[in-house]
Amino acid sequence: MDFLQPRSWSEALEAKAAHPDAVPIAGGTDVMVELNFDHHRPAFLLDLTRIEELETWSFDNGRVRLGAGVTYSRVIDELGRLLPGLAMASRTVGSPQIRNRGTVGGNLGAASPAGDAHPALLAAEADVELASVRGTRRLPLTEFYTGVKRNALAPDELIAAILITPPSGPQQFCKIGTRNAMVISVSAFGLALHPERKAVGTGIGSAAPTPRRAYEAENFLAQALDAAGLWETRATMPPELAREFGNYVRSAASPIDDVRGTASYRSHSLAVMARRSLSWAWDDYRRAA
Amino acid sequence: MRITTTVNGARREVDDVWEGESLLYVLRERMGLPGSKNACEQGECGSCTVYLDGILVCSCLVAAGQVCDRDIVTVEGLSDQQGLHPVQQAFIDCGAVQCGFCTPGLVVTAHGLLARTEHPTDPEIREALAGNLCRCTGYEKILDAVRLAADRLADTPAGSAGRLR
Amino acid sequence: MTSAPTKVPAAPSETAALRGRIGDSPLRPDGTLKVQGEFAFGSDLWADEMIWGVTLRSPHVHARIVSIDVGPALATSGVYTVLTAEDVPGGNVGLDHADQPVLATGVVRYHGEPVALVAADHPEIARQAAKKIRVVYEELPAVTDGRRALEPAAPQVHDGGNLLRHLKIRRGNPDPVAPVVVSLDFEVGMQDQAFLGPESGLAVPDDAGGIDLYVATQWLHADQRQICQALGLPPEKVRLTLAGVGGAFGGREDLSIHVHACLLALRTGKPIKMVYNREESFFGHVHRHPASLRYEFGADHDGLLHYAKAEIVFDGGAYASSTAAVVGNGGTLGLGPYNIPNVQVDCYGVYTNNPPCGAMRGFGCVQAAFAHEALMDELADRVGMDRVAIRQLNGMREGDRNITGQLIDSAAPVAELLQLVQDMPLPAERLSEDEFDLLSLPGGVSNTTHGEGVVRGIGYAVTYKNVGFSEGFDDYSTARVRLEITADEPTVTVHTAAAEVGQGLITVEQQICRTELGVQRVVVHPRDTQVGSAGSTSASRQTYVTGGAVKAACEAVRAKVLERASTMLDLELSELVLDGAQIVSITGDVVASLQDVLGTDAVDETVKWSHRPTYPIDPETGQGDAHVQYAFSAHRAVVDVDTELGLVKVIALDTAQDVGKAINPDAVVGQIQGGSAQGMGLALMEEIVVTDGRVRNPSFTDYLIPTILDMPPMKIEVLEYADPHAPYGVRGVGEPPTISSGPAVAAAIRRATGKALRRVPIRPEHITEG
Repeated sequence: MDFLQPRSWSEALEAKAAHPDAVPIAGGTDVMVELNFDHHRPAFLLDLTRIEELETWSFDNGRVRLGAGVTYSRVIDELGRLLPGLAMASRTVGSPQIRNRGTVGGNLGAASPAGDAHPALLAAEADVELASVRGTRRLPLTEFYTGVKRNALAPDELIAAILITPPSGPQQFCKIGTRNAMVISVSAFGLALHPERKAVGTGIGSAAPTPRRAYEAENFLAQALDAAGLWETRATMPPELAREFGNYVRSAASPIDDVRGTASYRSHSLAVMARRSLSWAWDDYRRAA
Repeated sequence: MRITTTVNGARREVDDVWEGESLLYVLRERMGLPGSKNACEQGECGSCTVYLDGILVCSCLVAAGQVCDRDIVTVEGLSDQQGLHPVQQAFIDCGAVQCGFCTPGLVVTAHGLLARTEHPTDPEIREALAGNLCRCTGYEKILDAVRLAADRLADTPAGSAGRLR
Repeated sequence: MTSAPTKVPAAPSETAALRGRIGDSPLRPDGTLKVQGEFAFGSDLWADEMIWGVTLRSPHVHARIVSIDVGPALATSGVYTVLTAEDVPGGNVGLDHADQPVLATGVVRYHGEPVALVAADHPEIARQAAKKIRVVYEELPAVTDGRRALEPAAPQVHDGGNLLRHLKIRRGNPDPVAPVVVSLDFEVGMQDQAFLGPESGLAVPDDAGGIDLYVATQWLHADQRQICQALGLPPEKVRLTLAGVGGAFGGREDLSIHVHACLLALRTGKPIKMVYNREESFFGHVHRHPASLRYEFGADHDGLLHYAKAEIVFDGGAYASSTAAVVGNGGTLGLGPYNIPNVQVDCYGVYTNNPPCGAMRGFGCVQAAFAHEALMDELADRVGMDRVAIRQLNGMREGDRNITGQLIDSAAPVAELLQLVQDMPLPAERLSEDEFDLLSLPGGVSNTTHGEGVVRGIGYAVTYKNVGFSEGFDDYSTARVRLEITADEPTVTVHTAAAEVGQGLITVEQQICRTELGVQRVVVHPRDTQVGSAGSTSASRQTYVTGGAVKAACEAVRAKVLERASTMLDLELSELVLDGAQIVSITGDVVASLQDVLGTDAVDETVKWSHRPTYPIDPETGQGDAHVQYAFSAHRAVVDVDTELGLVKVIALDTAQDVGKAINPDAVVGQIQGGSAQGMGLALMEEIVVTDGRVRNPSFTDYLIPTILDMPPMKIEVLEYADPHAPYGVRGVGEPPTISSGPAVAAAIRRATGKALRRVPIRPEHITEG
């Protein structure tokens, strides 16, 4: 095993081009577990912790450009107002020590369906910026996840940043775990209301081979709110609307039974989380008037 | 590979490190600092908590090569010639130590909490310590210890900051 | 009615301001080292020339080993040796039955069974070499269900059938009837001890074919006996010293790295260090038996129990470990601390191809308590009685006989303990949904409810547990106590082989020596096999048994010193009292200093001490005086359940327990808090998931134990009704809270949800779908 430690982004991209089988490591919260338990012996480790630009966030055409190496702790401390859904999700990641090291880019790189950041990012309709010596490309997050723990990165590419539009409406994130801290999600749900374009964003975690959006649920809710004029009136949300939304979210999932939970519970809990989080988001929306 | 880094204020250099080793392994097996504990090696127990450039991390999840030219403080670095740090003393006084395997990690984590927050509330203590598993105590006496340490630090003339790195 | 408190025997010294006697709460002598990271646990040990050992384990549940080729592994650079069953000179090992090969011999019987060993320069070299060992297996049909293991057609795990033990209790009317009958089936999942310090140790060969093993364990002499058996060596060639123990809870009563490290060290001539990682730890020790329980209670319309029937099946897994004794406990104690005139119990321990199960805190009583307490609640509801009142009505009292016919001859404060927890103030009402605090709600910061669906429930449970080893076991301990003057100060050295696993026995030994000899300075000798056996650190027995041995050794030292003084001073022995640094006459005059009497000599006494005997039970009726002492505790749990999502937040977990005499009151509270947490863990989240014999969650990512955010505040009431038969009146402390806390939590969840919940751990889907 070799340890590569580029000092700049261009060096990192060159290293990745030269060694496409190199495993990038930042916070180490996934990679080191694989190493410690002998589940993986990569030929190269590509350390990304010496690349300052990866650890910064900035504005980019009205969006937040979040460097792939920004930790969850910093998202919570610095971006709670700009990226509320992601900050709520970040607070549920592992433990304080994990949040101090783990990065949002790492969550994408691992592409586990259980990654906590995914539902919040999907709901916020984030894009991901991938780079290689060949150039840079941006793609919607929905196109990034390609399978269980697989993503759209080419062998020579690294994740540079995540681009997220600050919200025009409330966001929520909920996650089911069987204890009150340090737990991998059994199921998770992210919700964003986009009142400026009368749209709804969703994200489902741990209930399909990849994180995914519940498009039909989004469309159903956006249209129902529109049809009832609720975006404008901000009147009370009819309970059956929230319930129906929950059912749509449930239908969007294709969960499995595993050691953490059953498929039927995952489906059920998604419906409940969707309904509840919508009611909270709607209360926020009404209060914000 | 050679690792050169600062541990507990001293420059340390070790050779022949395998690239897949963790900081925890390097501390325990190569630097003679076994205070950080190897309970889970997957970031799920906090027993190996150390400061890395002033931030609390699980040393089992830091690759050895990542610590070159960084600053590490382990549990062995918390006490000094004047004796135990008030957090350490409070753990003893409150009976927060039974088998003691989780203790070094908890001491470092509590140290970190009190460096940031002078008088944490109980919910703040619980959230800060939620990454540190203890199997012996049920955590009650650990809460007592953190409360006591906070009180004692507030009573020291220099205030908490003076006693914390 | 309860026993009068026992008087502490005429011990010295109202004079000196002696600190840290029994009843005080002195600080642990190892605390300073532990908070500094300087305390040497098994995994911290190091020796010159040391190399690393690793284990290759079976990937199969049940398979014949066709062949093993160690060639490629042995040829790896940095590898010193590779060992298989052929290299084991002696016989099988096992705590009760020697049924387990040190390395699988011809057949593997469970997923994770050790097959081969490698020693190399670096753990990574050893790991990669182990993967190069070519083992050809031929899979065999497996039995992975405890009840199915008893069917005649089931695959046989060992020659001689799958039944390890069948315990029968037949008491009173064999065909009892009652106007009110309730019954249930209950399942308990496989719990892990999940001690934080993984199995570890260092084996150092000497020049004469012998070995020194430094290991984290619970019972040095039982280890030594088995290691000798496996290595074919006499005890003087196998010397054990206790390394720092990172928790135990039963999981270190059986061997883990012990023989493996010794084999590698003897073969290579080098010190061998072995340290399991967390994954291997889940395969490296026994677990709590999963159990399948069928219970029936018959009672009158006022809730008075008339009969009870129980059938309990403990899945012992592939090797016996302590299954027979677990069956003993589950059978004799499995109906709880209640008076029941007519009883039929059938308790089985069986072999399967699941991971071996053995000791864990609560030992056979934990599983049963979930069943009898759930059924007691059901009976209360059926007859329209309060759930506490029905337990008080049926609860044992001193002078009653339990279901094996044994007289309860010291305090049995079942009703009082329940009353104490019931009378404790309840936690504040939940905040309204407008002012919720996520951390106090089910789901916590995961933000699953702001109060929606949340219902509060309160549950009660009570238990009793035997202390010490039962059914006629020769349950003794040995203590050596030495008194001398060092640097002008009287100094006591106490030496036992009793494993300090975190519970604080070393502090208790100091306290007893101070109390008996009036000497402040008490040095605790490292624990090793150079002194006689102390028995196991299990069964809540060490304060009682090793405490008794230390007390007796102190008394012997005191007698020797006074004899010496009597001769030297020509005074009647009966007129002398040892009081710390001086010899005093009964009138209170100082007649000599200890220094005068001892000079440079030491008085050194070793005593082997046993508690009063127990007896085997009758094989057909189960009647007999099986146990030496009983300890009682009661819990009240208050939970908030998100009834729609099935998530639980425990709001309070309050205990009352009779400890006889609190030798160290602070440590007693620590034991109760920690024990309560483990019981709660089993009720809510802790389970090794085994599917078709395979362990699916061998990690702290998926085997969850409670965090500080899961534990509620715990109010504790400690009663001290001395047991007149025990030293100082002590009663074992460690286990009862682990037994009664889980059933109380389960009861509270049933109360909140109205669901039957006949399995633990209770998973969210059991609440939402059950």
